[in-house]
Amino acid sequence: MRNFHVAIIGSGVVGSAIAWELSKYKISVVVFEKGSDVCSGASKANSGVIHSGINSPNNSLKAKFCVDGNKMFQSLSDELNIPLRWIGKYVIAKTQDEIKKLQELENVGKRNKVPGLKIHTGSEVNKKETNVDCEAALWVPTAGITLPYQFNIALAENAAINNVNFFLETEVIDLKKKDENFIITTNKGEFQSNIVVNSTGVNCGKIVEMVEEPNFNIYPCRGEYLVLDKNYSSLVNSMIYQVPQSDMGVLGIHITPTIEGNILLGPSAEFIDDSNDKRNTKDMMNRLIKEAKVILPSLPDDAIINAYSGIRCKISPPEKGGWADYRIEESKKTPDLLNLLGIESPGLTAAPAIAQHITEIISKKIEIIKKSNHKIRRFPNKRFAEMSIIEQSELISKDPRWGRIICRCENITEAEVIQALSNPLNSRTIASVKYRCRAGMGRCQGGFCTQHIVRIMQQYFDINIKDIKLKSPKSNLFYRENKRLRK
Amino acid sequence: MNEKSVNVAIIGGGPAGLAAAISAKKNGAEQVLILERNSWLGGILPQCIHDGFGVEELGKSLTGPEYSEMYIDMVKKLKIKTMMETMVLELNKNKTIIAVNRNGIYKIKAKAIILAMGCREKTRWNAMIPGNRPSGVYTAGVAQSFINLYNIMPGKNVLILGSGDVGLIIARRLKFEGANVLGVVEILPYSSGLPRNVVQCLDDYDIPLYLNQTITSIEGKERVEQVTIAQVDKNKNPIISTERRIKCDTLLLSLGLIPENELSKKTNIDIDKQTGGPIVDQHLQTSQEGIFACGNCLQVYDTVDLLSKDAKKAGKNAVLAPDKIKNFVKVKSGKGVKYIIPQIVTKPGNIFFTLRVEKPYEIPTLVVKAGDKELMRKKLPWANPANMVEFQINVDKETIISNDLIEVMLDG
Repeated sequence: MRNFHVAIIGSGVVGSAIAWELSKYKISVVVFEKGSDVCSGASKANSGVIHSGINSPNNSLKAKFCVDGNKMFQSLSDELNIPLRWIGKYVIAKTQDEIKKLQELENVGKRNKVPGLKIHTGSEVNKKETNVDCEAALWVPTAGITLPYQFNIALAENAAINNVNFFLETEVIDLKKKDENFIITTNKGEFQSNIVVNSTGVNCGKIVEMVEEPNFNIYPCRGEYLVLDKNYSSLVNSMIYQVPQSDMGVLGIHITPTIEGNILLGPSAEFIDDSNDKRNTKDMMNRLIKEAKVILPSLPDDAIINAYSGIRCKISPPEKGGWADYRIEESKKTPDLLNLLGIESPGLTAAPAIAQHITEIISKKIEIIKKSNHKIRRFPNKRFAEMSIIEQSELISKDPRWGRIICRCENITEAEVIQALSNPLNSRTIASVKYRCRAGMGRCQGGFCTQHIVRIMQQYFDINIKDIKLKSPKSNLFYRENKRLRK
Repeated sequence: MNEKSVNVAIIGGGPAGLAAAISAKKNGAEQVLILERNSWLGGILPQCIHDGFGVEELGKSLTGPEYSEMYIDMVKKLKIKTMMETMVLELNKNKTIIAVNRNGIYKIKAKAIILAMGCREKTRWNAMIPGNRPSGVYTAGVAQSFINLYNIMPGKNVLILGSGDVGLIIARRLKFEGANVLGVVEILPYSSGLPRNVVQCLDDYDIPLYLNQTITSIEGKERVEQVTIAQVDKNKNPIISTERRIKCDTLLLSLGLIPENELSKKTNIDIDKQTGGPIVDQHLQTSQEGIFACGNCLQVYDTVDLLSKDAKKAGKNAVLAPDKIKNFVKVKSGKGVKYIIPQIVTKPGNIFFTLRVEKPYEIPTLVVKAGDKELMRKKLPWANPANMVEFQINVDKETIISNDLIEVMLDG
């Protein structure tokens, strides 16, 4: 049975940030992920926003980790080569009541030491955001955007090249403490570790249940999004939020530009029974469009190219307002089980700070010494489509595969697809290509490129067509080869 | 960067691009160049292994590969140059193309350019179909390419949404390959495909056609497990009480086609909102002088026969280079007409029009007016959105100078 110092369950952004932080030390670390790639849950299905910290009450862990994480993002993004833009956000008010709420938000933000907050008049906002209709808005300059999946993937891939063991499609089915060690049973066999980190997001309760009676409940809360065609990227320049509706413990439907030039509408907030029910519903799709039009009256009807949803891990029920602080703690009944409970927004922003905090806790339990040979792999995110003609020509002359366009909506080349499939995690689904190099994310949603990516998977990676998957262990694309004529 | 200079450059080597190239060459263009992003010519035709192509044009029924081979052979015989696996990245108003392939970046200067980029399929999100996002949801054309070009079966128990020609033909094809085709669901009260395809693809194989119904949800955590369908009311809204579940592992979407014009939009070519293609005059010239459009990027054609005929016109005009436009008259889609092409007439003469109607008509009257003057009144045996209507009228010099609109409408 393989033995590790630390076992991390779940490789969303928090689990991957912890893996990356721990990979700097001379300890053995394993990560178990039930999906076919890291970043398979809420970490990929959010707004991609680096929050400033104006929305969490003073002295909360949410505020602390958010403000700390926000400050860490620029250097992390430089180090790993992840796009990050401080585009800022407006929280807009349409009525006098809402303007009062802006002032409250400003006060909370100031107490959380969020810099640069300022309330602008409607006409001031209009100078920068011509399509937005409001009376006044709170300007938050320290809110930024990143590509949440690339950030998550880059953390995990960097952890992997520094000897963290990633087991994909590996679901933890039982967890027991035996003497000083944990016995971790998975669908791929048994493992042993001194410490377990439970960073399983909305599934955190299921892991706790394996060892003890949980002292909390999970209230899954679905957030649906719509994605707009890049042709409409000029509708807004910064993020546009409405004043938060206090009854759900969420920020409300907002309009978020993405690094790639799409615009996101969402998320909705709906408490659901099944934490795996990631559907998009007709009612919510209509509502997202309707509410987005309140902010952006000129939003066209035919702009949507995709929809997705993510499940928030809430540990406060809707009747209590849905807001609860993070619980990041060692189990009292089961020592060395480190639980991360209720990690929802601003989880992406908070992840690097949470990872440092967890590393500190671990350092008090086992001796951790920094590695001298810690490597950094800068994420290959400069796209062929964004290069100058000279750069493009140079790459093609070295490797002709840079000259073959695979994804025609986003102009992604064969070389970029092969690079994505050669990832250090060995994740090779259609989605692992999509989230690494964007092939399939355009307006035809993979209609043209899927067939070419399938060919590349067969040709360069020797994957049988029956084993080609869309995104998860059982999401196979094909049934079989056609009948053949007898010779 | 490699530089080239040609008389006529054609973007797209599908049936429209091939026909336009042949016609440009035959009309005297010395250097004709086809830029094609795939590794084959013929566009979608090589995957359309059913017959029915060429009936109007040649008086015989060919398969897609046979029809396209005929044109590809002619292209070869005429020594028309082709650049394969070549993607056009940019198109400038001064008729310069930036393109890329395995050999590098190319700058191609042309006297005339013909747009023949074809079309793409509408996706699930164009129709906003709710539910989970599992594997097993394909557009019909993608499924057809997997089956016919790559020899791969995408699924076993298949439901099809949309009874356009692509949906009907894929239903039969799947049946041939041993799939269990559960039915074709159509939101309209009639099939939007050609009547002969309804008979030959569904009726002959006992595949049910569910009219006035639509899909209300796709279910399945990883692969499609079931689909919910419901009857729709007069406004095409689903009636929830009629919902029923169909167990299946695959859903094919045949929701219609969108002319591919991202390049045209980037070049500021005026686009018709109704067709989704460039606004053209009777020469098929776009709003940018010297840039012509043909094939499915201009409008989605019913048959390749008519498409080739129009594309040849674009090829010829690209060589003959129409005079600078002095006066023109706009053509308006009136009552009952979804769209009409050309949208502009610049010269007097016999003008050939194609239009699509908004809904089915029995014995309608087609009326064409310019101001108070009636240019044409003609009874049609029937009209149906699935079938393009062709007609010709003589537009005189006065009409063009008068600045009146030419309005085309249906009565009845």
